[in-house]
Amino acid sequence: MVLLRLAIIRRLAKPVNSVSLPKIVVISVAFVSGFSIMTIEMLGARIMAPYFGGSISVWGSLITVFMLALSVGYLIGGRLSTRNPNPKTFALFFISAAIFSIPIIVFADAIMRPIFLAIEDPRYGSLFASIFLYFIPTSILGMISPYSVRLMVDSHEHSGHMAGQLFFVSTIGSAGGTLATSFYFVLWFDVNQILWGAVAVLLLAGSLILFINFLLQKNAAASKVPAYEK
Amino acid sequence: MKNKLRRLLGCALIGGVTALLQLPLIAAETIHEEKSLYRDINVVQTGSRRCLIFNVHRGDRNQTCVDVNNRDELIFSYTKMSFAGLLMNPEPKKILIAGLGGGTLPLAFNDLFPDAQIDVVEVDQAVVNVAKQFFFFEENENMMVAVNDARVFVKRAGILGEKYDFIILDAFGGDYIPEHLLTQEFLEEVKQIMTEDAVLVANTFSTSRFYDHESVTYQRVFGEFFNFKLPSSGNRMIITQLNPLPPRGSLITRAQALAPSLEKYGVPLLEYPNRLSTRVDWDMSRRVLTDQYAPANLLQDD
Repeated sequence: MVLLRLAIIRRLAKPVNSVSLPKIVVISVAFVSGFSIMTIEMLGARIMAPYFGGSISVWGSLITVFMLALSVGYLIGGRLSTRNPNPKTFALFFISAAIFSIPIIVFADAIMRPIFLAIEDPRYGSLFASIFLYFIPTSILGMISPYSVRLMVDSHEHSGHMAGQLFFVSTIGSAGGTLATSFYFVLWFDVNQILWGAVAVLLLAGSLILFINFLLQKNAAASKVPAYEK
Repeated sequence: MKNKLRRLLGCALIGGVTALLQLPLIAAETIHEEKSLYRDINVVQTGSRRCLIFNVHRGDRNQTCVDVNNRDELIFSYTKMSFAGLLMNPEPKKILIAGLGGGTLPLAFNDLFPDAQIDVVEVDQAVVNVAKQFFFFEENENMMVAVNDARVFVKRAGILGEKYDFIILDAFGGDYIPEHLLTQEFLEEVKQIMTEDAVLVANTFSTSRFYDHESVTYQRVFGEFFNFKLPSSGNRMIITQLNPLPPRGSLITRAQALAPSLEKYGVPLLEYPNRLSTRVDWDMSRRVLTDQYAPANLLQDD
């Protein structure tokens, strides 16, 4: 009974997930998201080559769609961060990005084949294929950046500084993902193996956030109970 | 002292003469330079020989040469080697050539088989323009160029149910054959567009670091094939068909019948039957190339 009352009091006093993630965790997972985005993008041209060829327009389609998806993701992520920013939603971005990346591995042919049949010009074919394969997972990954800025910022004066740090880390992650994928991963693994790797890493990042959030909440609860009992 | 001087002078003289001998008698002149989306294209003329060179700064070799005074004669061994496919199908009616280059190969086939329909696929519009402007290539009602990626062209032809009875794969990108044109899936798509009696001629490098993998991949899709190499060339032609390969006797008979008509192109067809080998000279344990596992995966072998 007492516990229930305490829980209600806490809920009224503050939002449920009020604990804030340590900065290092936010920064690390932002690195992971930047890395994964570019790993997925670099493999895009290779996935589409059997249907749309290896011409420069395939790269053009791919990059266009990634930029559009990211821009939409930034917008939505920023908007979501204004309403009760919390680690659980943050973790959800990683988990859903991982889930929506799975069709790139499992349904690539099923998605590209009808597009190939319907559209004769490989430029527009690759553009539509990129939209169907990459738009959703990439925009979800785009939501991570603005949302992580919000999670790290506690005051207005710091917001620019935090945003700078975050973009620094996630863009370094992107550089790393580009280099590692194009120089090394493609030497060592099949395309789908690399993609499964990216899915696994995103899932791990999401789980890590949830786990740390769980630990922090438990600690917060434990340290608050004695205070009420005094 | 005097002796030493004389010796020195002698050395200088010999050196000078050697240097002079190494100078080409006629200077090579670059008559056209162009940067396309895919490569640097240079057209260089030395005397009456005009050559198309891709990526000259990386020291690439000539793609195509023609003698402007004797346009019929084919200059490179590998271009001539493509005619070995005729030993298996002597009268092609529908020909597909992937990779235009200077267009000498399609021109020769069009000249030899004026009634055959020839489709050429070339990914780079600039190459088409240069072939027309500098290498006497012309399209006509029986010979057309599609500016497209060979993989896309072949896949679509397969869906439309088009068939060819003579296919030459001669598409080279920046370093080598683009990786999506080396895979098992691509060769299966090529197989789809071959008539029952069709012959496939694929130009590859015998020094390629993918040699073993390429061989294993072709073998997986087509079974036994003729491995055609000449000492005068760094190229290896893979020649195969859907039916079992013909016996050497029939190749020789066909060579004797066809050789006179190929004389004007400088194709020594009579020498070819004995060079068509089915001996396995590659490592059969290598992995087949697929869209998932393409040559980029193999750079680690270096």
